[in-house]
Amino acid sequence: MSDSILVRAGRPYGQEPVDIVIEGDRIAAIAEVGTATADRVLDAQGCVVLPGLVDLHTHLREPGREHAETIESGSQAAALGGFTCVHAMANTSPVADTAGVVEQVWRRGIECGLVDVRPVGAVTVGLEGRQLAELGAMASSAAAVRVFSDDGLCVHDPLLMRRALEYVKAFDGVVAQHAQDPRLTEGAQMNESELSGRLGLAGWPAVAEESIIARDVLLAAHTGSRLHVCHVSTAGSVEVIRWAKSRGMPVTAEATPHHLLLTEELVSTFDPVYKVNPPLRRRADVEALRAAVLDGTIDIIATDHAPHPREDKDCEWAAAAMGMLGLETALGIAAQVVTRDENSGSADGGADATDSTDWQAIAQLMSVAPARIGQVADQGQPIEPGSIANLAIWDPSVETTVSGERLASRSGNTPYAGFTLPGAVRHVLFRGRPSVVDGGLA
Amino acid sequence: MIGRHLLSAQDLTSADAVRILDTAGELATVTDRSVKKLPTLRGRTVVTLFFEDSTRTRISFELAAKRLSADVINFAAKGSSLSKGESLKDTALTLEAMGADAVIIRHGASGAPYRLANAGWIQGSVINAGDGTHEHPTQALLDAFTLRNHLRAGSGDLAGARVAIVGDILHSRVARSNVALLRTLGAQVTVVAPPTLLPYGVHTWPCDVSYDIDDVLPHVDAVMMLRVQAERMAGSYFPNELEYSRRYGLDSRRMALMPDEAIVLHPGPMNRGVEISAEVADSPRAVVVEQVTNGVHVRMAVLYLLLGGRPEELMVEGADR
Ligand SMILES: [Zn+2]
Repeated sequence: MSDSILVRAGRPYGQEPVDIVIEGDRIAAIAEVGTATADRVLDAQGCVVLPGLVDLHTHLREPGREHAETIESGSQAAALGGFTCVHAMANTSPVADTAGVVEQVWRRGIECGLVDVRPVGAVTVGLEGRQLAELGAMASSAAAVRVFSDDGLCVHDPLLMRRALEYVKAFDGVVAQHAQDPRLTEGAQMNESELSGRLGLAGWPAVAEESIIARDVLLAAHTGSRLHVCHVSTAGSVEVIRWAKSRGMPVTAEATPHHLLLTEELVSTFDPVYKVNPPLRRRADVEALRAAVLDGTIDIIATDHAPHPREDKDCEWAAAAMGMLGLETALGIAAQVVTRDENSGSADGGADATDSTDWQAIAQLMSVAPARIGQVADQGQPIEPGSIANLAIWDPSVETTVSGERLASRSGNTPYAGFTLPGAVRHVLFRGRPSVVDGGLA
Repeated sequence: MIGRHLLSAQDLTSADAVRILDTAGELATVTDRSVKKLPTLRGRTVVTLFFEDSTRTRISFELAAKRLSADVINFAAKGSSLSKGESLKDTALTLEAMGADAVIIRHGASGAPYRLANAGWIQGSVINAGDGTHEHPTQALLDAFTLRNHLRAGSGDLAGARVAIVGDILHSRVARSNVALLRTLGAQVTVVAPPTLLPYGVHTWPCDVSYDIDDVLPHVDAVMMLRVQAERMAGSYFPNELEYSRRYGLDSRRMALMPDEAIVLHPGPMNRGVEISAEVADSPRAVVVEQVTNGVHVRMAVLYLLLGGRPEELMVEGADR
């Protein structure tokens, strides 16, 4: 474990190249290129070096649905995507609503050893929305849970939501809300719009998301508790959050790569690979989300990586499961979308789409801020001597053509099959050890 | 010209639609000359794949295929795949293995025929016989055929014809296909319903929208009444059947508002006393039974054209017999 590693000539945050020396689990030194030596050298010439990415919203499916994903396969997908930490959502079977289950997930993550697996605890017992789960026991467990969410389902009962927000203050927890009014979305199949009307698919109105967010920011302000809004998908939600932040309300928010890139028009193919919760929205929503990511209204990009086995997508739209893979494509999409020039992000990519990528912003959106919201001390640290060496090293000189079969995830439900995304993850260091070298698992 | 599949009325150009209607007209003539069966599709296999019960639509297609001498297989898939019966994919692979030349699918899920046609599971033609709340293109074709017979002496398009479609537009595949097809054929369509039963964005549809049937009826050449299902009450779309019937039902008083020659259509099955009164349903202005007859001819025409028949051929065969 004492072998030192030299990351040669990488560009931290896309800036001037340096040599980064790692000893043990920490960055030991940052030196001028060509001046440092170590036992092992990882070439990072021309590459962007970022703090290891932190996903606040990942479905690893274990325990219970191991045919879709396991903690091991999900960890591999995460590492290959540049992540050094993922938050495993609670909607497993059994549900992660007790200290026992969250500790099991946490231990399995350590055994896999590719990323920090931080379990998210359920807010309510069995995600049933009736009774608070043992939030304190999960917080005090070895897994030290800080993020609580019934994701997949909305904590709809306003009183229960209030109590959850209040209760987690005792251990500086955060409630991550899946904002979806269940009555307004009964049977909903896609964004409610002119298109849903024409396709005859039951609509999922924007107001079903926005009304819950409006209620929750007011509750958060009233209780003085931290609220995190999962997968914001509409322009109206952005406005509500912007208003709440302007009032100093304690709210953070995330957007997913797919909501930053894809629009509802894809649904007219009736191909369920585009079926996701919340649904793909209008172009105007995508543009509002991009602006919100750039101006800080949205704090983080989170994947909502949601693996599903083939049979759950190889069917008619109404029968299909909701969700998309995201871990291995998130950074390439972010590189296109998070730019200094707001207009230069484009859907069809190419390597020069990343000339104006704002790497400082990506480090904030995909590492520093999610680590802060999730209270993960060892993640999202600055690239400087003394920091834990969690690093993602990204090569902008290549392109990646996405293929479901080539992804490490056990499932293949990527909506980006055939897309060419800019760049590729070249190396990843997890707590000072390489988890990915030259684009493959170390 | 009309492609390999018939999935949506929106895919038809005016020329396509007129050709289908003309072909249906020829086939009707042939059938009237008591030639019940044409040899056109001999040796071809046509499957009716119904995930929803609809005996009348299935029988209409079955009759159409048999009159063209096709081998017909009726495949009633019990329960939709939503209830975890056999999946659509496995059913499709089975039909492909049986060598189906055309699959006529009725499914409760909007878009299911698109999956069948585009997922790479089968090679044959796919005909949409009603998918969820999306489309029912052959119903629109038979309605257009019926309208054309009454309003345009059975030829050409429907330019200038005024048609109102009344009822549960939101959940109606018949309405979606009819709005598209009638518009393509040049008709002026008005949809009439309480606002709760109109889809989001209906103002972008190529039709007028009204909440008041009494305003519309004096200015139509035809009115199409849609079936209203009792379960819509549970969804709070309207208070109760009585109020619906009073505000949107077609009874004798309302029928009297229509111009004398205007006709009444209904895709069936009718809820007598709800959207249509018994007097109206049984009046000579209601062409419901004709619609059923026309359905067979139109479906013959669709099968004929999709599976490669040519009208010239038809003329010869018809004449020979
Ligand atoms: Zn969610």
